[in-house]
Amino acid sequence: MNDRAPVVIGAGPAGCRAAATLAAAGLAPIVLDEAPASGGQIYRRAPAGFTRHYRALYGFDAARARRLHTAFDGIQGSIDYRPDTLVWDLRRGALHCLSGGRSREVAYRDVILAPGARDRIIPFPGWTLPGIYTLGGAQIALKYQGCAIGSRIVFMGTGPLLYLVAYQYAKAGGGVAAVLDTTPFAAKRRAVPGLLSGGSTFAKGLWYVAALRARGIPVANGIRPVAAEGKDAAVAAFLYRDAAGTQRRLACDALAFGFGLSSETQLADLAEVPFAFDAVQQQFLPERDLAGRTPVRGVYLAGDGGGIAGADAAELAGERAALALLEDRGHEVGKPRLAALERALRQRAGFRAALEAAFPFPAELAAGMPDETILCRCEGVTAGEFRRAARALDADEINRAKAFSRCGMGRCQGRVCGPAAAVVLAAALDLPPERMGRLRGQPPIKPIPMAVAGTHE
Amino acid sequence: MESPQFRRLAESDRPRIRLVIDGRSCEALAGDTLLTALLTNGRRLRSSEFGDGPRAGFCLMGACQDCWVALDDGTRLRACTSFVAEGMRIVTRSDVDMSAPGRPERGTAARLGGKARSAKGALK
Repeated sequence: MNDRAPVVIGAGPAGCRAAATLAAAGLAPIVLDEAPASGGQIYRRAPAGFTRHYRALYGFDAARARRLHTAFDGIQGSIDYRPDTLVWDLRRGALHCLSGGRSREVAYRDVILAPGARDRIIPFPGWTLPGIYTLGGAQIALKYQGCAIGSRIVFMGTGPLLYLVAYQYAKAGGGVAAVLDTTPFAAKRRAVPGLLSGGSTFAKGLWYVAALRARGIPVANGIRPVAAEGKDAAVAAFLYRDAAGTQRRLACDALAFGFGLSSETQLADLAEVPFAFDAVQQQFLPERDLAGRTPVRGVYLAGDGGGIAGADAAELAGERAALALLEDRGHEVGKPRLAALERALRQRAGFRAALEAAFPFPAELAAGMPDETILCRCEGVTAGEFRRAARALDADEINRAKAFSRCGMGRCQGRVCGPAAAVVLAAALDLPPERMGRLRGQPPIKPIPMAVAGTHE
Repeated sequence: MESPQFRRLAESDRPRIRLVIDGRSCEALAGDTLLTALLTNGRRLRSSEFGDGPRAGFCLMGACQDCWVALDDGTRLRACTSFVAEGMRIVTRSDVDMSAPGRPERGTAARLGGKARSAKGALK
C-alpha cells in the first residue's frame, strides 16, 4: 500500500508546492483541482487567448506568480494532474471526483488538503442586489476577464484585499468612487509594531493607500455600512455612517466588499479531522500542527484552508506538509530545510495575528444586523427570521438553528452566510460565538448533477 | 436595453461569439465566462427563487453558487466557472421575477411580497 500515489487537493500556492516537493522525492502525486489551470485564486491564470503579461496581472507579485506557475508546469511529466475536477466527497480511503459530467472514485492513503479560502462576508440591507460582489470576485473580474464590475464602484470592508483590489481597479481605469474601511484608524496605528514584522507585505499595503489618495480617491476609516439602495433592480447607491456618525449616501453602479477571508474546511470535516475554535480568525478550524499533520493518519493540511496566513505562507506550508508526508512514509528528509520552513511559518503566524489586529473582523456589525437584512442569500432567510427561529425553538447551536430556519441550508452550504450567522445567533442568545459550534460539511460539498450522485466508476 | 453591469477594460481583442439571451441576439468574446458574457450585455443572471429580485452573481470563484443559470434546453450551468460557447441560448427570467416589465406578480413572488418590499428599494 505504501506505493499508492499521494493525493493533493487544490493547485494554488500550497497545492503546487506540495506537488512539486513530492515529485522531487520521486513520488508521482495525483493533483485534483476544481479550476481549469493551476495558480489558485491569487495566482489565477487568464484563459487561453488572453495576452496581458505577468506584471499587469499580478503587480508586485508577478515574480512569485511566475515562479509558482513555472514550478508546477515543470513537473507535468512526473505527476498525474487532473484540472476541472471537483472533489465532492471524501470518505475513509476514497475521494469522489466530478469531472466532465462524470463521477469517479479515487482511492487514497495519504492526502494533502489545500482547498484555500473565500471572502468573509457580513450581510447588510440590499447586499443581494445586482452589481454587488465580494472583493475577491471584483478582483477575478479584472484579472481573469479584463472587466470592471461597474463604472462607479465603491470598495468597502476591511483587510489587505480592500486596498489591493481598489488599487488594481484604479490602475486599470476602473472607476473607483471611494474606499470605505470599517476599521478605525486608531486600530491600525496600534497594530503597526506587529505589522512591521511582515516586511514587504506591510510596505505594499501603505503604498496602495498612498497610491489611491494620490489619484484623488476618497479613503475613509471607521465607517459603518447602512444599506445599498436599488434602482431598476440593480444597485444605485451605498448608504453608510462615517467615523463621526453622520449618514452619507454615495451614488454607485457597483460595490465590492469583504471582511478578510474564511477557510474552506468542508473536506477536512468529511475526513473527520477534529476542529477547534480559533480566536484570531474567529472561526472553527481543523486541527493541525505546524508541519500540517492532522490527528487523522494520512490527512495533511496546507495553506489558507487550514487557517488564513496568505500566499507566501501557503507555499511554505505546502512544502512542509509534503515533507511531513514523506517523513511518515520513511523517506529521508533534510533536517535543516525542515527547521528553516518551520521558522518561516512561525514568523508569518506572528504577522498574521498583527494583521487581524489591524483589520479586525467587525463582529458587532453582524450582531447588530437589522432584522430585514437577507442573511442567507441562497434561501432568502432574513436576520429577523433567523433570530425568531433561534429564540422560539431554543436553537442554541448553529446546526439546530439551520434546521429550524433554513439559514445555511442552501446551495453554498453556509460558505457565504456562515461566519456572520454564527455571530447573529450568539448575539441573539447572548452567548459567546464559540459556543455556537460550526456548520457541518455535507457531501456533496458543492452542487453536482443528480444523475451522477449515485453512480461511480 | 439596460446598460451592462460589467465594463471591458482590457483583453478585448478576442474572437467574437454570438449567443442569445432571453430571445435577444447578443455578442461576447471567446474566453468569456458565461457570467461575463451575460453581464457585459445586461445586469442580471437569474431571479431569486424567493422573490427578492434578480441576482447577478457574487463571489465569481465557485463558492457562493448564486450564478447558476439556465439554458433554454434546461441545462444548468454555474456561470462564473463555465465558458460561453457559440450559439448558447440563456434564459435569465422566470415567473418568480418581479422586475420584468408588464408581468403580474404571481407564484412565490406574490406570496413573499411583504419580504420583497422590505428590501430597501431593491424592487420597483
